[in-house]
Amino acid sequence: MGAATETFYSVIRRQGITRRSFHKFCSLTATSLGLGPLAASRIANALETKPRVPVIWMHGLECTCCSESFIRSAHPLVKDAVLSMISLDYDDTIMAAAGHQAEAILEETRIKHKGQYILAVEGNPPLNEGGMFCIDGGKPFVEKLKMMAEDAMAIIAWGACASWGCVQAAKPNPTQATPIDKVITNKPIIKVPGCPPIAEVMTGVVTFITTFGKLPELDRQGRPKMFYSQRIHDKCYRRPHFDAGQFVEEWDDEAARKGYCLYKMGCKGPTTYNACSTVRWNGGVSFPIQSGHGCIGCSEDGFWDKGSFYDRLTNIKQFGIEKNADQVGMVAAGAVGAAVAAHAAVTAVKRLAGKREDAAQDQ
Amino acid sequence: MLDKTPHAVSTAVAADAVGSDRSVERDVVYVYEAPVRLWHWINATAILVLGVTGYFIGSATPTMPGEASDSFLFGYIRFAHFAAGYVLTVGFLLRIYWAFVGNPHAKQIFIVPVWRKNWWQEVLHEIRWYAFLTDKPKKYVGHNPLAQLTMFFMYTLTIAFMIVTGFALYSEGTGKDSWQYKLFGWVFSIWPNSQDVHTWHHLGLWVIVTFTIVHIYAAIREDIMSRQSIVSSMISGERQFRD
Repeated sequence: MGAATETFYSVIRRQGITRRSFHKFCSLTATSLGLGPLAASRIANALETKPRVPVIWMHGLECTCCSESFIRSAHPLVKDAVLSMISLDYDDTIMAAAGHQAEAILEETRIKHKGQYILAVEGNPPLNEGGMFCIDGGKPFVEKLKMMAEDAMAIIAWGACASWGCVQAAKPNPTQATPIDKVITNKPIIKVPGCPPIAEVMTGVVTFITTFGKLPELDRQGRPKMFYSQRIHDKCYRRPHFDAGQFVEEWDDEAARKGYCLYKMGCKGPTTYNACSTVRWNGGVSFPIQSGHGCIGCSEDGFWDKGSFYDRLTNIKQFGIEKNADQVGMVAAGAVGAAVAAHAAVTAVKRLAGKREDAAQDQ
Repeated sequence: MLDKTPHAVSTAVAADAVGSDRSVERDVVYVYEAPVRLWHWINATAILVLGVTGYFIGSATPTMPGEASDSFLFGYIRFAHFAAGYVLTVGFLLRIYWAFVGNPHAKQIFIVPVWRKNWWQEVLHEIRWYAFLTDKPKKYVGHNPLAQLTMFFMYTLTIAFMIVTGFALYSEGTGKDSWQYKLFGWVFSIWPNSQDVHTWHHLGLWVIVTFTIVHIYAAIREDIMSRQSIVSSMISGERQFRD
């Protein structure tokens, strides 16, 4: 596999840049970074010898919406990400090779780039019935995942499926679809949730790893902080309407036409960590709230199991019938209130009866 | 029950002696120290504000007319909620401090003697009293065992839970570098989706509402039925036993 050892220099040359321009670039970079006179040749040397990061991209139980999103990245263009920045050695959906030829690449990468390749996983493994609900290359996907994770440098969990479980893990989860971090516990895992994740977030994560040779800073849930540290709500352009108390009450009311806050329509922006309200979608054209629909919280854990996308309060299933916190609370408070009233009535009756008895005794 | 005659005598005396000896036949114990009383009423006010604003935050207000820049209604509601939340939290911390330095009654809502067998018997007695199975209540200087149990589970634990989840939710706005997130961010390790934290926080509101109903009812009822002061004790600090 020549592609696997391809350096940045060979890619740069292939894109029509002369060796002279390449050296100019190295000198300029060294100068602009304020480095010493020897730095230019060191940069050149690094670019000529450092191999591109090999990436293995696998598909478990998923819908390929992550790949669909990824190939629409505008900054950087996905062709730059796939053809120049990384060495995408294996991706069974978009690669030319197939069958045994394709599977052989996995084995080869595992041996040749032991501990150096990135394992990008789209979808998750179902564990029920020994993993038979997702067979990939004649084997349960979970086995393939474990095998490739063994020698990987790090794992990228693409999308809500790999990060949280998504729709296939929604209750009752018959196939026991399980997020990657519950199956692989001994490797660093970056979660890039979303259904799908934003294209630029995906390529952004890839760019970070290839540029700095390390993983980006992750938050408590294992998501890169640079894209997932704030809520949709925090950067939403409709936020002033929220603070003012201006809400859409019906889909076709005046407030909806004026573009008021969708809080009452069950918008999950206040509980969803993602970059939609800043990076937006389709090359920064729009995002759900801008199109007039509330956020459904697709990058959050278990978003399929949190009741309707159009309710502010979550249904609580533990109470048998689907009720939200307010309904449950009001029933509880009402019942206690009624009990208190009844208790007070009994007390009063008993007291009056007691007084009459006392009076009778006194006489 | 005391004989009615001395009472009649004392009222007769009171007419001359300006009621100075009304307390002669009554036991008065100082129960609630000033910091506890002050805390109780500040805390009650904070809970009222938190409950009302919290309900509005959960279900939102009717839409405001005019330009967004003319109004800051929801912002003010949220501000009131956060401010009252801080007051409640500081109060709760000072109250914990007072449990250490105050009188033994100050510890009651924090420590429930579940390991004591006779305490459970007294709980049973109180249940019988409330179920109209016992004629006479026992008299307690502080909380009765059943009240203590209710206080601990429905107030102390619930408020602690509300403070923790409340600050965790607040940290979503202040950001991941804030001290609120550093102190309370672990809540999101239990519930990775903060929507669940919202739901639990909301259920907590209704526990507090239910507690308030029971608390006010029981206080007034005991004041009348157990022949001891309850409601006024939280103002004067003294508990009177009327017979």
